[in-house]
Amino acid sequence: MSATATAGPASESELLAVLQGAFPAVAVRPTGDHPAFKLPVAEVPAALKLLRSQSGFDFLTDITAVDWDVEASPRFSVVWHLYSTTRLGYVRIVADCLSDTEPTAPSVVALWAGANWHERETFDLMGIRFTDHPDLRRILMWDGYPFHPLRKDFPLAGIETPLPDLEVGEITGATVKPAPMMGGPFVASTGEMNLTEAEPRAKDESWHERSEKPATL
Amino acid sequence: MVTPNTELTYNTKIEGDIVVTRVDAVINWLRSNSVWPMPMGLACCAIELMASASSRFDIARFGSEVFRFSPRQADCMIVAGTVTYKMAPHVRRIYDQMAEPKWVIAMGACASSGGMYRSYATLQGVDKIIPVDVYISGCPPRPEALLDALIKLQDKVTRNGGTTKQLLSA
Ligand code: SF4
Repeated sequence: MSATATAGPASESELLAVLQGAFPAVAVRPTGDHPAFKLPVAEVPAALKLLRSQSGFDFLTDITAVDWDVEASPRFSVVWHLYSTTRLGYVRIVADCLSDTEPTAPSVVALWAGANWHERETFDLMGIRFTDHPDLRRILMWDGYPFHPLRKDFPLAGIETPLPDLEVGEITGATVKPAPMMGGPFVASTGEMNLTEAEPRAKDESWHERSEKPATL
Repeated sequence: MVTPNTELTYNTKIEGDIVVTRVDAVINWLRSNSVWPMPMGLACCAIELMASASSRFDIARFGSEVFRFSPRQADCMIVAGTVTYKMAPHVRRIYDQMAEPKWVIAMGACASSGGMYRSYATLQGVDKIIPVDVYISGCPPRPEALLDALIKLQDKVTRNGGTTKQLLSA
C-alpha cells in the first residue's frame, strides 16, 4: 500500500491536494466531523479509486443517499463513506444526481464487492439507479413493490398496494395497508425511570385516524 | 341393603380395568397434551420462545417440547415476532401446509397488532392473514406468558365440542 507516510487520519487539505490534481471540479463540503468533498457524479468511481490507491482508504463503509426535498433541485445526492484501516480515518464523498426524476449514479462494485448490497439498498429505498451494477434488485422490499419508501414524498404509514403474493392476497383479502399512526410516530422517552411512562407513544395523542388532526396544529 | 359408595377414586379391584368416558373427551385430552409447535420465529420474540423450550422454563411440562420445523408435523404455529409484508405470504403458506387440527398463538405485540412498527413494511397483526386462537401481550412476553397462552390453548382444545363428529365427517 502506498499510503502517505504521515501518521494519523488524513487531513482535509492533504486529501484536497490529492483530489485536485486529478479532479479540478472537486469542492470542499462543510462538515461536522470527517473531511468531506463534493464531486461531479460521473467522476466518483475514479476519485474513490484514487483515494484507495493514494491515501490508503481501503474500506468502503457505506453508500447512501439524501432526498433534499420534493421541490429541491438537485433533489438527490449520493454519499460514499470510506475508511482507512491503516490511518484510521474517514472521508465522505458526496455527489448530486443529475436527474431529479430518474436519479442515477455509477456503481463501484468493481472497486469493492461489498458495494453490491449497499447500492441495492439505496436503489430499493431511495430509487437511485446504479449504472453497471451486476444485479440491481430490491433488497428489503419485495420485487415489484412500486415505491421507494425513504423518499420525502412517501408517507411513513405507507401506501395501499397488493400483497407481494397475489394468491395469498386473494385467499385472505389482505392488502398492504397504511399503518394506523394514531397521532404517531411513536417515540420512547429516554431517561424515564417509570417504564410505563417510557413506553413508546405518540407525542401528540389529541388526533388519530378517526378524529383528524386540527388544522391549527 | 345399599351401602353408600365411599370410594373417591377409581377402584380397579371392584370395577375392573375399564374407564368410562366420551370419545370427544379422550381425543381432546390427547390433543391438548401433545401440541407440537411450529416455531415461526421472526424477530426478538423468538428468543423468548427459545427460552421457553430451555430447561429453566421447560415447555415439555405441557407436552409441547417437540418443536417441528416442518409444518406437516406441527399442530400449533407460534408466530413470535414482527411479520413484514414481505414475509406475510410465506407465513400464510406455511400455515396452509399444516395438517388439521391446527392452532395459532400470536406471541407478542408485533404478531398481535404490528406492535411499535407502525410503518409501510409491517403487517398490522398476523390475524389479517391467519386465524389466531390466543394472543399474548408484551414486548417481548416472558416465557411464563407463553406457557400461560399454551395452557389457555389446551383449555380451548379440551372444550372443543363435536370432535368425533368432525373427525368422521372430515
Ligand atoms: S413484540 Fe417486541 S420483542 Fe416481540 S418481536 Fe416485536 S419488537 Fe420484538
